[in-house]
Amino acid sequence: MQSSLDSSLPPKPPSLVSRFGNFVDRTFQYWTIAPLVIVLLMLVAYPTFQLLRMSVSEVDIVKGQAVWEFVGLKHLETALQDPVVPTALKNTLIFVIAVVIIETFLALVISILVSRSKHLVGLYRTVLLIPLLVPPIAIGTMWRLMYDYNYGFINQVLKLIGFVSVPTWTADPQLAMPSVVLVDLWHWTSFMFLIILAGLESMPQEVNEAARVDGASEFQVLRYITLPLLRPTLITAIMLRTIFAFKVFDEIFLLTSGGPGTATEVISLYIYKVFSGQFRLGYASFLALGLSFIISIFVIFYRRFGRHAA
Amino acid sequence: MLLVAFTLIPIFFTFLTSFKFFRDITSGSLRFTPTLVNYQRLFDPAQSNFLRLTSNSLIIAAGTMAIVLVIASLAAYSLSRLPWRPLWSGLLLGTILFIHMLPPVIFLGPFYLIARSLNIYDTVLAVMMGHIVLNLPTATWILLDFFADIPKELEEAAMVDGANRFQSLTQVLIPIIQPGIAAAGALAFIFSWRDFLFALSLTSTPSGMTIPVGISSFVQEYSIRYGEMAAGAFFAMVPALLMVAFAQRYIIKGLTLGALKG
Repeated sequence: MQSSLDSSLPPKPPSLVSRFGNFVDRTFQYWTIAPLVIVLLMLVAYPTFQLLRMSVSEVDIVKGQAVWEFVGLKHLETALQDPVVPTALKNTLIFVIAVVIIETFLALVISILVSRSKHLVGLYRTVLLIPLLVPPIAIGTMWRLMYDYNYGFINQVLKLIGFVSVPTWTADPQLAMPSVVLVDLWHWTSFMFLIILAGLESMPQEVNEAARVDGASEFQVLRYITLPLLRPTLITAIMLRTIFAFKVFDEIFLLTSGGPGTATEVISLYIYKVFSGQFRLGYASFLALGLSFIISIFVIFYRRFGRHAA
Repeated sequence: MLLVAFTLIPIFFTFLTSFKFFRDITSGSLRFTPTLVNYQRLFDPAQSNFLRLTSNSLIIAAGTMAIVLVIASLAAYSLSRLPWRPLWSGLLLGTILFIHMLPPVIFLGPFYLIARSLNIYDTVLAVMMGHIVLNLPTATWILLDFFADIPKELEEAAMVDGANRFQSLTQVLIPIIQPGIAAAGALAFIFSWRDFLFALSLTSTPSGMTIPVGISSFVQEYSIRYGEMAAGAFFAMVPALLMVAFAQRYIIKGLTLGALKG
């Protein structure tokens, strides 16, 4: 920058504005990150601190103001004696395992079938995006209409093909959980499909071609080439889906509210009920802390084994 | 084909039901007289507060989108183009990815207390607060990819021409990543629009409630008014259906956050 022409002129003193501009420029990385950090401190760090504090306290709202009372590990005792906690944990586990296995299997089969045709890929991508974007409450409402005992689509079809007695679906203690799982398949199979499809599409096609030229059957190509290459993608997808499956709330809330009895009571729903229905803020926070502990373990596993896959 | 049918049948059935008179729903016959009566009832202020809820939902979604976009694009710019030590950027990105994975129910208690102490409980502001946390991770990650794709020389050229960093960000970089901003913004809007849990637990009256909360209480109070249930559900799905029609690739990227790269 220092040309001989410049040096012959006396240097102009920098104006206040440009000095301020220089200061902003040099510290720009801090200015741009500040909003995020402030929001994280206010809406994540502080709430986390509050959560820890609430889980060892009883909190009441008196005239709009929070009144705190320290109770130590009382909520732990309550949780150990609470009969709903093991039921909710068991139901959550059954739900998570069922949906993850079925959705992975369905998505795997469909994405392998679909990936052969460019035409189908476009159609499936478009249609299967819908369930991931519509409000879960609308999904719940839709399936209430579908499952309706008298006028629902499913039972009307069953009657049409000759069934005399039709099931009550979400009101039947035996069928409630499978019914809820079916709705989740509707909602989330797409998620697995999109990830697995992306994995398939990023695969080198030459290997498959070479194997076919060498006389491998379609099944052999699938078994010995496609699936092993897909393994990292599958592991990532399964782990991520497992973590997300613990979030399930809206559809179950609307379809069964955890019933009949406690047949579909899952952990998120129970925490909400303790928080909102029984208004035990402290106990609900303790349970929430427990849940975030479980999720953290999964996330640690995910970051250890899942991420370098994709 | 089976999966496409399985996906579309409930939507189609709901769509049809929303245009049926009650007698046509219960008759079970395939033929029916189409009617708009369910939508008219839903949006009649004398009969339902759905109009109010719709405006709340729109305000919350638009506000969330605007705030999230500003914060996320600044942060994404900073983290992808300015000399952060990997320790700090990794810590920040790790934190927001972790937030994205936690079940939102965990935040209910603390958020309730914050809303109470700021005196914003049962207002759109309280719900917006929850939705900002919900949407920041996705938006930041999407925009990060977009910023990373811009060649460094472009910004350097702008600065040689005398622009300062702020000008080069707002006048050179932001216009280039417009598609990314559109995708991140659209996703933030949709995810705010469809959220149920925060809206449910941070409001108690129609002054702060959103559409999903309205639908849910409607369904539980009048479990027999099928036509209006269907109309409400279908109306709530419209933004999502519009989105699917126009922007796919980046939405997929946002939805499968953490699993797909590049």
